[in-house]
Amino acid sequence: MSKVHTFHGGIHPPENKLQSVRTPIADAGVPAELVIPLSQHIGAPSGSVVEPGQRVLKGQVIAQPGGFVSVPQHAPTSGTIAAVEDRQIAHPSGYSAPCIVIASDGKDEWVDHSGSPDYESLDIGELLNRIRNAGIAGMGGAGFPSAVKLSVPPGTEIETLVINGTECEPYITADDILMRERAQQIIEGAKILRHLIAPGETLIGVEDNKPEGLAALRAAADGSGIEIVEFPTKYPSGGEKQLIEILTGKQVPSGGLPSQVGVVCMNIGSTVAIRDAVIEGRPLISRITTVTGEGVSEPQNFEVLIGTSIAYLLDKAGYQPSQASRLIMGGPMMGFTVPSPDVPIVKTTNCLLAPSAAELPMPPPAQACIRCGMCAEACPASLLPQQLFWFAQGKEFEKSEQHNLFDCIECGACSYVCPSNIPLVQYYRASKAEVLQMRRDQEKSEHSRVRFEARQERLAQEEAEKEAKRAARKKAAEEKARKAAESGGGEEDPIQAAIDRAKAKKAAQTEGGGETNELEKLEKAVTTTRKRLETAQGKLETAQAEGSDLVDALQTGVDKTKAKLEGAEKALHDYQQAATPAAEKSEEEKPANSAAQAAIEKAMAARAAETDLSPQEKARKQLEKLQQRLAKSEARLAEGKASGEEDKIIEALESTVTRLQDKVAQAQAQLGEAEVS
Amino acid sequence: MALMRITSPHAHGPMSTSRVMQNVLLATIPGVIVLTHFFGFGTLVNILFGSVVALACEALALTLRKRPLGFYLGDYSALVTAVLLGIALPPYSPWWLICVGIASAILMAKHLYGGLGYNPFNPAMVGYVVLLISFPVQMTAWAPPRGAGELPSLLQALQACFLPASFDGVTMATPLDVMKQNSSLLVEDLWSQSPQFGRWAGLGWEWANLAFLAGGAWLLYQRIFTWHAPVAMLAALALMAAIFYDGGSSASGGSPLFHLLSGATMFGAFFIVTDPVSSAVSVRGRLVYGALIGLLIYIIRVRGNYPDAVAFAVLIMNFAAPFIDQYTQPRTYGHSASKEDT
Repeated sequence: MSKVHTFHGGIHPPENKLQSVRTPIADAGVPAELVIPLSQHIGAPSGSVVEPGQRVLKGQVIAQPGGFVSVPQHAPTSGTIAAVEDRQIAHPSGYSAPCIVIASDGKDEWVDHSGSPDYESLDIGELLNRIRNAGIAGMGGAGFPSAVKLSVPPGTEIETLVINGTECEPYITADDILMRERAQQIIEGAKILRHLIAPGETLIGVEDNKPEGLAALRAAADGSGIEIVEFPTKYPSGGEKQLIEILTGKQVPSGGLPSQVGVVCMNIGSTVAIRDAVIEGRPLISRITTVTGEGVSEPQNFEVLIGTSIAYLLDKAGYQPSQASRLIMGGPMMGFTVPSPDVPIVKTTNCLLAPSAAELPMPPPAQACIRCGMCAEACPASLLPQQLFWFAQGKEFEKSEQHNLFDCIECGACSYVCPSNIPLVQYYRASKAEVLQMRRDQEKSEHSRVRFEARQERLAQEEAEKEAKRAARKKAAEEKARKAAESGGGEEDPIQAAIDRAKAKKAAQTEGGGETNELEKLEKAVTTTRKRLETAQGKLETAQAEGSDLVDALQTGVDKTKAKLEGAEKALHDYQQAATPAAEKSEEEKPANSAAQAAIEKAMAARAAETDLSPQEKARKQLEKLQQRLAKSEARLAEGKASGEEDKIIEALESTVTRLQDKVAQAQAQLGEAEVS
Repeated sequence: MALMRITSPHAHGPMSTSRVMQNVLLATIPGVIVLTHFFGFGTLVNILFGSVVALACEALALTLRKRPLGFYLGDYSALVTAVLLGIALPPYSPWWLICVGIASAILMAKHLYGGLGYNPFNPAMVGYVVLLISFPVQMTAWAPPRGAGELPSLLQALQACFLPASFDGVTMATPLDVMKQNSSLLVEDLWSQSPQFGRWAGLGWEWANLAFLAGGAWLLYQRIFTWHAPVAMLAALALMAAIFYDGGSSASGGSPLFHLLSGATMFGAFFIVTDPVSSAVSVRGRLVYGALIGLLIYIIRVRGNYPDAVAFAVLIMNFAAPFIDQYTQPRTYGHSASKEDT
């Protein structure tokens, strides 16, 4: 008999187990419709391999694993696939997820299947494959794919195989009844597991509140070398980490796996499912579910097909909706309320609890935390729940993490004992979600930072490369010049060369032939424009006097001429500024210019907003460009059509032409507008 | 059909905050009976009048803070404060002293900090210390115990409270005071010459302390608190007394038994030190917290200016509680023991 250890904390809620073990396991039968969610386990959802209308046989694969950490799904009975669609599933959030709906034909006809009672002759890999192909995921509640759990990393020595028959949650008796009625199968399953992972010892841990189950197991295990360990009842002994500590005294490292301390832990229900898969070739298509609570008149355990609706099962147990205050899937400590009685039973549904309002009353309003510490005494993870609550309220998530928030297993012991009725677990769930979100955000921003820095680096590198090339070119040019100088003028004095260059420049300036011409041209332009402006203004005045229709047009003409004059004046002015010697020559013209200058400035003020190009000109240019492009596109389209291009290309060309035509029309409209104004 | 949706856990244990407070109130009964037996009705009047004032203060604060009265008054926390302060005050205290003390405790120490659960200091002890510093004469005037003087009647007790000017009470130094003032007599001689002393400690006081010990033991049995803080406090106090007992010379601080059964030792250990709101939170933290209170009580009693020291020691350690918490975080499951707490 191995020594039994204990773990910190724990509580003793009323067990309420007796009412559901009075009768043997009942067969729930085959309902008319079965809804099999594609995600009933931890890991990737399975992928449906059936089509609506297809006939399937009992045990036939209807969905394949969606990844390594995943399982296949099987048809729980024979029938036709009615649909593959989203249905509401049993999940705390009550959301809908893809499900395969089977309309059963009532024949319950099996697909061809065969087991291997001589499993010891099988290869370990083959054995694991069979477990995986049977769709077995942890049946205690979490639903972790069993084959993955049993694939111990190579080189890991497993000292202890733990079969978990604790069933510490109140009300649930699915494992208890399994031990009472199918102890032999449990032992056979344990032997298969022992063969698989070759542990030093194999222990089946059971709380001492199941004497009948213990006796049956002991009788079945006699002489097998499998040890049945009985230990005091305390919630949550059935938590994997807690059970490992009870049976081995070892603690699984935070964030680690049991195999790190040489332990593999398997639920007793999963053990039987593995036995059925290996020895009988029967996939996981049914399970034992406890239906209990004061809301049902005949609380008992059912062997129920996966996918059976809760309503169907409750009916079998004499459900009285008026009695029940809520429906809980799982136990009163860690179970969750289901959104509607139509959701299906899944592989992890160990219990359906329909409590009356008196049985599990509504939580009263929370009072202030008086830091009494009862939660810390009850916490099986040795946390300080009152401090975590404090940090959760203040959103001090760093402190929450420092106080090991993520080691909380959400067993609910703290909330159970809290005299102030504070929903502690809810606070921790919220904190965890916030922290995870913060981590994700941080990861994201870290990612962006790295990307930004990489970009900066790349740009700097490119710049440096360019700079280096530039420097190289410069150097090469200098080298070339030097070589040329060496080979040509021999020992020419660079200072003399510079002096020569300066002299040449000066000579050119004094000569200034071309420049004078330029100046004259500009002056002429100014004069002509001014004359034209005067004429136009004269005409405008006449028109205004006569009240002619042409006033507007003439006004535009005057304005335009003014703008032109302004341009010409500006060019002249700029030129004079740039060529100072030339400015001296035009000295005498200045007085003559001054009157014009004043007019020009006036025009400048009047037309300050007007750009160099009038909108009309702009629009015209735009139109011309577009028309050119349109012509080109049309030519290409014609060419494409002629040479029998693919339809797609023709289509693309056509759409381009249409688009350009639209644009041309638009540009024409704009031009029209500009001309009118 | 609309089904109720709430998250786990769905079950809840039988404990409630008001039940915790009720238990504390019940546990004071033996001590109050013994105090009344030895010192007359003064303590009872303190408690009853204090309770009325406390409920009024609590109601006032809740109204100002716009909180539902029934829900918050129903947690009994104001009554606990009133009863604890009533026990700590000298019997035959005038009404205004009680009013000031209760108002300081409920309004200042509790509601100004955010009400129940948010007060960093023990409200009853804040009230006590405010009075002790403001009105030292009234606060050190203890009545003589039965056997050392005449006990006032119930009528006189009421008179002392509500018509203090017309009450001419007799007072007598407490045994702790006598022990402190002594500088010439051996402990043995002091014992025989002073009427205040009884079998192991002060006359009457020793029984009151034992009665509070009994009440505390019952609370421990009810699992209202854990043994860590009170036992650590008593152990530290006894250890200090043993170290400095000095064989009973004139310079002796008093025997361990004398200290354990004198003044507010047991009352403090089981009713004040165990106040969860203002103490350290973890098991280790509460051991440290309790032990340091015991240490401070001895130092202040023997070396300080005040004859008793529970209130000061508790308030000083209230300051230190968050600091202690910082360094006494328990080892979480699956973590190595050497984990840095910082």
